[in-house]
Amino acid sequence: MEILVCVKRVPDSAENEISVSSDGRDIKREDLVYSVNEWDNYAVEEAIQIVEREGGNVTVVSIGDAGAEEIVRREMAMGANQGVLITDPAFEGSDGLGTAKVLKAAANRAKYDLILTGAQADDGAGQVGGMLAALLDWPYASLVNRIERKDDATLRIGREIEGGNQEINDIDTPCVLSIQTGINEPRYVGIRGIRKVASLEVPVLDSAALGVNDAGAAAAKVRRVDYFVPELGAGAEMLEGSTEELADKVVGLLKAKGAIK
Amino acid sequence: MIFIYASDDTALELATAAETLFPGEKRIAIGTKCNELLAYFDEVWSLGEFYPNAELLRPLLTAIVPSGSIVLLPHNTFGLDLGPGLSVKLGAAYVPDVVGFDGIEGATLKAVRQEYAGQVSAHVHCDISRGAVITIRSGIFRAAEPSKTGQLIDHSAAVAGITPRRRFVELIQAESGDVDITKEEVLVSVGRGIGDKENLALVEELSEAMGAALACSRPIVDAKWLDKPRQVGTSGQTVKPKVYLALGISGSFQHLGGIKGNPFLLAVNKNPKAPIFQAASVGVVADLVEFLPVLTEKVRAAK
Ligand SMILES: Cc1cc2nc3c(=O)[nH]c(=O)nc-3n(C[C@H](O)[C@H](O)[C@H](O)COP(=O)(O)OP(=O)(O)OC[C@H]3O[C@@H](n4cnc5c(N)ncnc54)[C@H](O)[C@@H]3O)c2cc1C
Repeated sequence: MEILVCVKRVPDSAENEISVSSDGRDIKREDLVYSVNEWDNYAVEEAIQIVEREGGNVTVVSIGDAGAEEIVRREMAMGANQGVLITDPAFEGSDGLGTAKVLKAAANRAKYDLILTGAQADDGAGQVGGMLAALLDWPYASLVNRIERKDDATLRIGREIEGGNQEINDIDTPCVLSIQTGINEPRYVGIRGIRKVASLEVPVLDSAALGVNDAGAAAAKVRRVDYFVPELGAGAEMLEGSTEELADKVVGLLKAKGAIK
Repeated sequence: MIFIYASDDTALELATAAETLFPGEKRIAIGTKCNELLAYFDEVWSLGEFYPNAELLRPLLTAIVPSGSIVLLPHNTFGLDLGPGLSVKLGAAYVPDVVGFDGIEGATLKAVRQEYAGQVSAHVHCDISRGAVITIRSGIFRAAEPSKTGQLIDHSAAVAGITPRRRFVELIQAESGDVDITKEEVLVSVGRGIGDKENLALVEELSEAMGAALACSRPIVDAKWLDKPRQVGTSGQTVKPKVYLALGISGSFQHLGGIKGNPFLLAVNKNPKAPIFQAASVGVVADLVEFLPVLTEKVRAAK
């Protein structure tokens, strides 16, 4: 199988305290720790496992600034055969559809049997995979947590739905699948692995190379105006004190609530 | 026209969202089993009875929904499957996971979303001149009251000509384990903030000292540190404890969506701005690795 995996470099929300910049137009970017979007990493691992079983190639593609090359290389160190970086200031401010248009152009540069995306990224939208499928006119399934081959032209896939139940489907290839976390155990990437791929070339494509001129802020129907931190009701009563004092207060509360048996 | 897709009991919340966006405008529910919605909508378009496979519904809806319409879907595993592609096929804008509306000005719809796992919110402007597909987070709008005597319109013939390239095979129920956290009154729940698998022992010791059951957020199950039946959230268990300890859990809506019954929620997190503190009754800003051993000691002493 020839597999394309779309990956995004994101501020790691588990590692960072995200706050709003003073003019509200962005988040504070200083001192952020970036990584590959968690869902995308599972997608790359799944692609590698499929190719290990069936043969073929895994290509990772990322749209971003020059910094995104670092995660493309990381996923190559994991085992992706090649990587492509798409970067162009003209693509800034794209909405989901703009991003999907750019990825469609990237997908059309070769003949892929399968395209994987993460189920969602840092904006929680979960939109690019489904839009890309619609633009390519390929079938789509979201939140996939199992992929098996059924026959030459069909995959048997599981979608994770509410309550952790699984919806089994047969889907024709070529298709686009968005991957849910937990589908596999992504392999560890060490510094040695990164070094091994350091000399490989990562081609860089821009709007001219892709022939896309209808993405970016001007074409976007959906536009983020600003970031803000909402004024929400009272919120939690925050306990204060030293570690000892905090623990005493928590024990007092738990006892009062009958939570210590 | 404003449509809502009725997939489950989120339909009544979507009815309220429709009323909020377009007060007084005709609203239509579409679905496979939605005849009981006539008291909430002006029209109910019945598609017949079949499994609501998004790859079947997308061409079907593209054929019957007039262009320029507003379509509301729940932001859940169904909406995520159907919505993005539907917006492309309808030529409409797509606004996912909306948590609030700030009104409409001309052809601009103003919505509120969240990013970075709920750590910050964003005002979003959307050009709806060619319609929009909008997914709405559950629990944001209250369920509508019956106020209509709708008309049932049979659209069951529309499905006939469609051969979907993805076919529903079966549903597999989530495995149930030897623990049933849904029946527990006190839950000690651990999230990714615990850091390492070795540190899990700190949480186990606390839950043992308290005589409480151990639960967790999704990343702990993804990492295979605990079994799936212990996962709280929309893709795990729905729990109704009296007391819930959230340890190193950020408070994503998917996690909070599994906590019902308004428990006494005590959160421990090293980030004072973690969204969990908006949902919690009591908050402690602390590093779990330092705090838990002290807490466990004091719990033991208090017995
Ligand atoms: C369709 C779908 C369904 C989902 N279903 C579920 C579900 O059922 N249940 C669920 O939980 N999630 C679910 N998720 C995932 C959800 O979006 C979040 O990714 C997840 O809940 C995050 O888990 P967490 O809070 O443990 O981790 P994180 O969001 O990474 O938060 C970790 C927290 O720990 C804190 N922390 C870090 N180190 C320390 C320390 N040393 N001491 C104290 N605190 C520390 C951090 O400040 C942070 O707030 C679902 C996602 C999707 C897309």
